[in-house]
Amino acid sequence: MTAPARILVTKIGFDGHDRGSRIVATYLRDAGMEVVYTGPWQKIADVVAQATQEDVDVIGISSLATDHLLLPDLMAALRDNGLGHVQVVVGGIVPDQDIEDLHSAGVAAIFHPGSTREQIVDEIARLAEEARVAA
Amino acid sequence: MAESVSPSDSLLQRLLAGQTIALAKSITAVENDTPQAAEILAGIQTQLGRALVVGFTGPPGAGKSTLVNALIVELRCRERSVGVVAVDPSSPLTGGAILGDRIRMSEHNRDPGVFVRSLAARGHLGGLSPMAARVIDVMDAAGRDVVIVETVGAGQSEVEIAEIADVRVVICAPGLGDDVQAIKAGILEIADILVVNKADLPLAERTVSQLKGMLSLREAGMAEVPVLSTTATNGEGVIALVDAVEARAGTLEGTVGEEERADRALRRVRRLLADATAQQVRRLIREDSGVNVDDLCTQVQRGELGVEAAAAQLLQRLKEPS
Repeated sequence: MTAPARILVTKIGFDGHDRGSRIVATYLRDAGMEVVYTGPWQKIADVVAQATQEDVDVIGISSLATDHLLLPDLMAALRDNGLGHVQVVVGGIVPDQDIEDLHSAGVAAIFHPGSTREQIVDEIARLAEEARVAA
Repeated sequence: MAESVSPSDSLLQRLLAGQTIALAKSITAVENDTPQAAEILAGIQTQLGRALVVGFTGPPGAGKSTLVNALIVELRCRERSVGVVAVDPSSPLTGGAILGDRIRMSEHNRDPGVFVRSLAARGHLGGLSPMAARVIDVMDAAGRDVVIVETVGAGQSEVEIAEIADVRVVICAPGLGDDVQAIKAGILEIADILVVNKADLPLAERTVSQLKGMLSLREAGMAEVPVLSTTATNGEGVIALVDAVEARAGTLEGTVGEEERADRALRRVRRLLADATAQQVRRLIREDSGVNVDDLCTQVQRGELGVEAAAAQLLQRLKEPS
């Protein structure tokens, strides 16, 4: 039996609207994953510390109010701290003009409004698998 | 801590040097029983017993995580490095889990002297997870001065923590009425320290006196169990709690205490051995490696053989596979 995927579901920046992240956390739980849920207002250094201590495979960032602009900094911080293998996804509101920047910063997937439970769960499961192989 | 290690060192070497990433990876290996786990566990065996292990248990919502957070604040003031093992339940249907204890401890995220690891119970009953005891060992080996273990929200029989922790803290919330009755026969008995958290609520004093009343009925000669009040959200009573934990830890020093610790360590190893044996037997049965389990099942089903007799035969067949 393979061990359940471990996912960190969190929010960085000042926006505290965390209902979306809770719903996604529940989807992932129902798909058999172990979800470390942190709540909003995390700093990048918090996310790095939590991802390190919890040894997660994927970090899911919920962003509804431009917090996704912090993602390139997060990606750099993860690489600097030996977490380059951890896959990062973002869900919420990401304007079209920012998509390319996020991908080139290393963000593995972006879930826009209308993404289905199945799409989110399947993609995160696949990325978790990839992260384990890369670790 | 981590300066003295080089990337070419083994995971075990880096763990013993206290490196954070190595601690995290070692816990994963042990939790998932990967091929590396055996090497790590064998390598740390002679390094164990230095950390003070403090168990926190009590019903869901009593404030365990918040109180653990407040306790960490005080322990850090006293310059102790801290490891936390926080267990939350796994879904019996999907195996998934929401691990949310560390939300209450986020103020310590960036403090390298604090390492929090969330574990899912993975179907294990008893308030902990299948490998929790070994995860505590890994934190001990990494040089954490104090390892705090927070169980899943527990009611009556989740007393596994009693065997694992040096100091057992049971937390209640005020005004639970019948729930106070309910803990009488279970987790109350394992407490070295009883805490009524949310002491700012109206019924707190009454809960304290109920607990003291119950304790007064215990046999003479048993170790005294302090009943403390805390308000974890503002830190009230937490200094007294840490003092009580350290006082209890102090009784574990000296000859009598050493014997008690050695006794418990032996009991733990005995249980680890029993668990590992049971696991191996279960695997042999699942793989049905030449023992023909189906045949025994059929005989039991037909009433030709009692279950106990069949089990005895099975053990015999495992010893001498046909």
